[in-house]
Amino acid sequence: MADSNVATRSRSSLRAAARLSRRDAINLLVVAGGVLFVLLALPSLLTPYWVVTSTSAVTFMIVALGLGLLVGRVGMISLGQGAVLALGAWVGARLLFATALPYPIVLVMTGLITMVLGTMIGLPALRVSGLYLALVTLMLAGAITVVLVDTNFPNGGSGFLGYADQSTGTPPSIRRPSIAESDPAFFRYVVIVALLMFLLALWHIRGKPGRAWAAIRQSEPAALAAGVNVTVYKMWAFALASFVTGIAGALLGSASHVLYAYTFPTSQSIVLFAVVLMGGVYTLFGAVIAGVLLQVIPGAFTVWGIPSEWATILFGVGVLQVLTTAPAGIAHQLPSDLARLGRFLFGVARRRIPAGGRAP
Amino acid sequence: MIEIKDLTVRFGGVTPLAEMTLTFESGTCGLIGPNGAGKTTFFNVLSGFVKPHAGSVRAFGEDLLSMPHFRRARWGLRRTFQTEQAIEELSIYENVAMVHEHSKRGRAARREEVLAAIEFVGLDGDPATRVGTLGARDRRLVEVARAVVGEPRLVLLDEPAAGLPDEETEHLSSVIRAIPGHTGALVILVDHDMSLVSACCGVTAVLDFGIVIASGPTAEVLRDANVMRAYLGTEELV
Repeated sequence: MADSNVATRSRSSLRAAARLSRRDAINLLVVAGGVLFVLLALPSLLTPYWVVTSTSAVTFMIVALGLGLLVGRVGMISLGQGAVLALGAWVGARLLFATALPYPIVLVMTGLITMVLGTMIGLPALRVSGLYLALVTLMLAGAITVVLVDTNFPNGGSGFLGYADQSTGTPPSIRRPSIAESDPAFFRYVVIVALLMFLLALWHIRGKPGRAWAAIRQSEPAALAAGVNVTVYKMWAFALASFVTGIAGALLGSASHVLYAYTFPTSQSIVLFAVVLMGGVYTLFGAVIAGVLLQVIPGAFTVWGIPSEWATILFGVGVLQVLTTAPAGIAHQLPSDLARLGRFLFGVARRRIPAGGRAP
Repeated sequence: MIEIKDLTVRFGGVTPLAEMTLTFESGTCGLIGPNGAGKTTFFNVLSGFVKPHAGSVRAFGEDLLSMPHFRRARWGLRRTFQTEQAIEELSIYENVAMVHEHSKRGRAARREEVLAAIEFVGLDGDPATRVGTLGARDRRLVEVARAVVGEPRLVLLDEPAAGLPDEETEHLSSVIRAIPGHTGALVILVDHDMSLVSACCGVTAVLDFGIVIASGPTAEVLRDANVMRAYLGTEELV
């Protein structure tokens, strides 16, 4: 009898948990409010310069999302994501020049092709981990950058590489979706794509792959003993990360209309990793922060007349700060600091206006 | 029933298991021995983490060693580790469901079976609680729940009571004793706590330097002179 009571209790509480918990509901409201604000109000509040910068910020949120999945969920450190982004940009540009297919279809195709390529970059993860995986993926990224410098990005030329040497005149531009030709419209388009990518990631994290990744991150032998095919799930993570990063690459090409190899230096992968750590790898919100940091800070530096590369120094200090004081990143630090600030202000207010009219 | 024949493991010049031959019929069986005797190596062979040099393991008529390691969970092999392996960032429910979804086809009865396993080990809190927030005893019980979910056939428990105070070991002991009756699985228990082994195991085998030096009913084995010598390090009498 007592046993069945326990069972009923645990079953009903589980059902309650399966519905929306209060915390989830609040999170959902905040996110929905934020997305609506960004979609409807933000483009009209910003100058054209900041609309373009915000578009890159949102694009890099997708990149940070992919890297965050690898590092935070599975515990695999890849320093090749910058190169995967470049691959995505190349594939996206090539497809956009070569075909007249609807833009969303090109995006998905780019994602799938980059997924295959990016998963190959992830193959060393089956043999090495930690620092060595980071090193191997960084060397692969370096190799890809070297090849890209030689082949250049497609600019409407013919042949497989799609590059034509045009020393005169403006090169044909990489197209945008027909419904989002202007900068503000394209910004909104990118926000919606990013939202879909975050939902795709969330769906994975909350489901069977997310649980398998959590098991792998905690201990590979224990994951194997629990029946997790570690090889498959590691590759699955690389595939998902490469898919979203490839789509981000395609968006990047359309955003700037023209791509240059020098905008994808190998070092970008390292900065990307540092900033993703800063934002926080254990929550999806961390990827949002990382995207903002990656683009908005250099953007602001440019406005203030400071060389934008100096942001790297700030990121270096920032990543040290985060690693020493808040390993879960700003995504974790910010809400808890805000809560502390709130409690402090509340406490000050209470002392100023004591309840019952008498000072304690 | 599990039949181990001439199982030998070599790491370079070390032989952690030397022609281990042993049969466990059913119920909860103990495997004891001093540190370094080869108990965990034996579990690692069964899990597929260590490839034996020679020998065979047949469990319920099937050749266990020919299966890929991650497939063994689907076959019905479960184990706990000396160090805790319950996944901290997942909830109790997710921890157990995770094993179920990778080891058993069909999701129709998943919720029921997972909750039944949680209930069986006596975890009466909210199954949605994150494991990282639980105490040592409850985390151990989550591991045991992971080991009994989804029709296990062979359950390996590697020092499940390590670090637990006596009164908590007692509850764990009653759970371990109930596993064969509840699931039909054969349980192999490795532990240094002799009172736990005596309480749980009908039969016990003793390993020393990779050699089975005794096996049989637990009470007799624990009285065996060779076993006393292995544990207490008495001088060779012969």
